[in-house]
Amino acid sequence: MTSTMTPVRKRSALTKGQLPKAAPYIVLVLALVVGAAILALAGFNAFGWGIVSALLFTAGLVGWSAAVEGSRKAKDKLATCLVVGAFLVALLPLISVIWTVLVKGLPGLVDPGFLNTSMNGVTGAFDNKSVEEGAPVLGGIYHALIGTVQITLLATVISVPVGLLTSIYLVEYGEDRALARAITFFVDVMTGIPSIVAGLFAAAFFFVVVGPGTKTGAVAAVALSVLMIPVVVRSSEEMLKIVPNELREAAYALGVRKWRTILKVVIPTAISGIASGVTLAIARVIGETAPILVTAGFATSINNNVFGGWMASLPTFIYTQILNPTSPSNPGPSDQRAWGAALVLIILVMLLNLVARLVARIFAPKAGR
Amino acid sequence: MTSTSLTKPQGAGRAGDKVFSGATLAAGCLILAVLFGVALFLVVQAIPAFTAPAEDIQGGKGFFAYIWPIVIGTLIAALIALVIATPVAIGVALFISHYAPRRLASGLGYVVDLLAAIPSVVYGAWGAAFLAKEIAPAYDWLAKNLGWLPIFQGPASATGKTILTAGIVLAVMVLPIITSLSREIFLQTPKLHEEAALALGATRWEMIRVAVLPFGRPGIVSAVMLGLGRALGETMAVALVLSSGALTASLIQSGNQTIAAEIALNFPEASGLKVSTLIAAGLVLFVITLGVNMIARWIITRHKEFSGAN
Amino acid sequence: MSKRIDVKDLNVYYGKFLAVEDVNINIDAKSVTAFIGPSGCGKSTFLRTLNRMHEVIPGARVEGEVLLDGDNLYGPGVDPVTVRSQIGMVFQRPNPFPTMSIRDNVLAGVKLNNKKISKGEADSLVERSLRGANLWNEVKDRLGKPGSGLSGGQQQRLCIARAIAVEPQVILMDEPCSALDPISTLAIEDLINELKDEYTVVIVTHNMQQAARVSDKTAFFNIAGTGKPGKLIEFGDTHTIFSNPTVKATEDYVSGRFG
Repeated sequence: MTSTMTPVRKRSALTKGQLPKAAPYIVLVLALVVGAAILALAGFNAFGWGIVSALLFTAGLVGWSAAVEGSRKAKDKLATCLVVGAFLVALLPLISVIWTVLVKGLPGLVDPGFLNTSMNGVTGAFDNKSVEEGAPVLGGIYHALIGTVQITLLATVISVPVGLLTSIYLVEYGEDRALARAITFFVDVMTGIPSIVAGLFAAAFFFVVVGPGTKTGAVAAVALSVLMIPVVVRSSEEMLKIVPNELREAAYALGVRKWRTILKVVIPTAISGIASGVTLAIARVIGETAPILVTAGFATSINNNVFGGWMASLPTFIYTQILNPTSPSNPGPSDQRAWGAALVLIILVMLLNLVARLVARIFAPKAGR
Repeated sequence: MTSTSLTKPQGAGRAGDKVFSGATLAAGCLILAVLFGVALFLVVQAIPAFTAPAEDIQGGKGFFAYIWPIVIGTLIAALIALVIATPVAIGVALFISHYAPRRLASGLGYVVDLLAAIPSVVYGAWGAAFLAKEIAPAYDWLAKNLGWLPIFQGPASATGKTILTAGIVLAVMVLPIITSLSREIFLQTPKLHEEAALALGATRWEMIRVAVLPFGRPGIVSAVMLGLGRALGETMAVALVLSSGALTASLIQSGNQTIAAEIALNFPEASGLKVSTLIAAGLVLFVITLGVNMIARWIITRHKEFSGAN
Repeated sequence: MSKRIDVKDLNVYYGKFLAVEDVNINIDAKSVTAFIGPSGCGKSTFLRTLNRMHEVIPGARVEGEVLLDGDNLYGPGVDPVTVRSQIGMVFQRPNPFPTMSIRDNVLAGVKLNNKKISKGEADSLVERSLRGANLWNEVKDRLGKPGSGLSGGQQQRLCIARAIAVEPQVILMDEPCSALDPISTLAIEDLINELKDEYTVVIVTHNMQQAARVSDKTAFFNIAGTGKPGKLIEFGDTHTIFSNPTVKATEDYVSGRFG
C-alpha cells in the first residue's frame, strides 16, 4: 500500500495576488457614499450622483486591482467596467423615453373622446379655455389613427406583391444574370434612401403621372412603399433561400411545374419568415413622419378617401401639434394630445412586433409526431 | 393506366410557367423603371435651382451658397452622433456577446432592439421636451468654464435646442443599428481563436483585443457607416429638437441646420422656385447617403472572404 | 406498367465541361439495375439525365438519345415535366414536404398538379402507395400528422410512396440508403425487391454489397482523373460483374483496390 503525501497548504499557490471576492461590492458601497457626499456639497441630483459614483467606482476598483493584481488584470477590470457602463448608458435613453411617453401621454390617452374624435373645429380658443378655465381638453386622434391605418394598409398592398415577386425572381429565376444583379444592387440602394427623399420621390412620381401639387394619402402610401419594398425584398429573399433545394427537386421529380412548385411548396415552407418580415416592415414605416409630411399634408378632419385630399397620420399629428400648437399662447393641450398620440403610436409598434413573433410561430412548419 | 405519350401537349400548365416567371420579372423591372424615372424627374425638377439667378434663391447668393452651410450642418450633426454612439455601441455589443450571462444575452439584445422600434418622431418629441431642458444647465456650465473653445462659445442657448442636443438624439437613434450589427459580428468570431488566446493565459479583455476585435473590424466599420447613413438622413430628430439658423461654430448655441430638417420644415408651404431648391437639396442629401452606403457595402463584400464568417 | 430504357451515345455537359462521356446502356423493364463507381465518376449525373432532372441546373445539357420504350426523352417538343411524371426519383436524403401531412405528401404529385380526384379515389391511392412502400401499417392511424415526424427510414419510404403514387414507369433512386441506419436500409432493400415486380428500378449506390444484394444487372462507372469526364466501363449481370468482371478496372474496384 503506497502512502500518498498530499501537500496541505493554507492558501493555494493559484490564488495568490488576487483581490478578495467581495472587492467590487466594497468599492461600490464606498463609491456610492463618497459620491453622495460630494454631491451634497454641490447640489444633489440623482443623475449626477450616478455619474460621480460610477467614476469613483471605476477609479477605485481599477486602482486597487493595479496595486494588488498587476496591470494586466487591472486593465481587464477597466474593460469590464467600461463595457458594463456602456450598456447602462444605452439603457438610460430607452428608460427615459419610455418614461416620458408614459408620464406625458397617459393623461392625453385617458381623456374621454381622445380616441374617437378628430381635431375638426377645435381651435385655439378651445385650448385657451381648457387652460384658463379648466374646461376639458377637446380634440382627438381619430382622424390621425384612421389616416395611419389607411396609408399603411395601402402601402402594404403595394409593397408586398411587388417585393415578394421580386424576391421570387431573384431567388428562383434570376440566377446570375446581369438583370438580377442590377435589381439586387438597386434594392440595396433603396435601403439607404433617407425617408424624406422617399417622400420627394413619391411627390415627383405623382407629379409626372397625375399632375402638379397632388397631396393625398395615396402619395404618402407610395412614399412608404419606397421604404418598405427593399425590406420586404431582402427578408423574403433570405427566407426563400433557406428553403432546402431538395424540396424543390422532390417536386420537380414528381412532374410538377416550376411555378406550381414555387407557389405550393416553396412559399408555404417560407411563409412564416415572409409574414413576420412583412409585419416588421410595417412596424418600421408606421412611425415615419417626413415622407407623409411632404406628400399628404396634414389635415385636421377625418378623411376616408385615400385618393382625395390631405390626410392626417399619427406621426404628422404629433409633429404638427408640437411645432404648431393649436393655441400658440397655450401650448399645453396640444402637448397633451401630442404625447397621447405618441403613446398610442408606440403601443401600435410594440403590438406589431409581438404580432410578427406570433405569426412566425404560428406559420412555422410543424414538426410534431 | 396513365397515358404514356411524351409529346401530348400540356396546354395550361406550360403557359403558367411563362406567365408566372413573367410576372416576377415584371415586378423586378418595375422597381428599376420607377427608380430611374423618378430619379430623372427629380434631377429635372432640381435644375431650375442650379440655373436660376443668384438673387432668386433663398439667401440671395445662389444655390451653392444656400446649400453649403446646410451640408456642413448635416455633417456636424452626424459626426456628433457617431462620436457618441460608436464607443457605446461597441461596448454594448461586447457586453451582450461576451460579458453578459448567457441566459440573459438574447433578452438583452431584444431590449436594445427596442430602441430601434421607437419611431423617430417620438425621439424628436423627447429631445425637445425632455433632453433639451435637462441639458441646458450643462451648456451653461460649458459656456462659463470652457467658453474659450470655439465649439463651446457662449452665451449658451436657454432652451437647450442646439445642434449638440440634436446630435445626442441622433446618437440614441443610431446606437441600435451599430449595436446589432456589431453584436452579430462579435458572435461570429471563431471559437478557435478565442480559445487559443484564453489557453495562452489571456484575460478576457486581452482575448477580446486579440481575437474578437481584429476579426470584427471590417464589420464594425461597415456598421458605423450604415449608422452614418441613417444619421445623415434623419429628419424628425433634428426638425423637432434643433432651433435652426445660420451656420455657427458653437455647438451650444441655437443655429445650424441639416438638409432633411430644412426640407421638412419648408416643403409643405413651398411653391415655385422654392420647391426646386428643396428638391435640389434632397438630391444632394441622396447623393451623400448613397455614397456612404455604397462604401459600407463595398467594405462588407470586400472583407467577406477574410472574415471567416462564411 | 414499366418500360425499358435504351441510352445511345449520351454525352452530358455542364456548360462547356463534359461531365459524362459516351454512354450506351440498355435497361430491361421490370428489373433492378445498379450504378456503382467511385465518388465523382458521374453516376448520379448520368442518373439525373434519365428523367431530365439535371436540366434544373442552369447550363446543363446533353447530346445523344435516351429512349423510353422507343420514345426519345430528348426529342423535339418533349416537355421535361411530362418525362418526370413517368420517371420518378427518390433522393439521397428523405425530403417529405414539411408543410404537408403524410396523406398529402403521398398525394403531392396529384395535388400539386391540380388534378382532380374524388376523396374515395384519393384514399385508395394513398393506401395503395403506402402499402407498396411497406409503410401502410406503421402510419395508417396518423395520416393527418406531418411527414417530418417520422424516423429517417420511414421518411424515405414515404418518399418512395410519394413517387409510386404518380404511377410512373421507372423509378430512379440516387443513393437512397446512404443517410439511413442499417435496419432501415434493409427495409428499403426488401422493398426494392418487391418494387421490381411492377417497375423498372435504377439505383445509384456507393455501397457495393448493396448493389450485389439488390440488383439484377450492374453498371460500373469510372473517372480517369479530376477534370476528366466519367465513363461507363462495364455493364452486365450483377453476378458476373462481382465475381468475374472483364475489365481490369472493374475488378480493381469491386475487390476494393481503389474507390
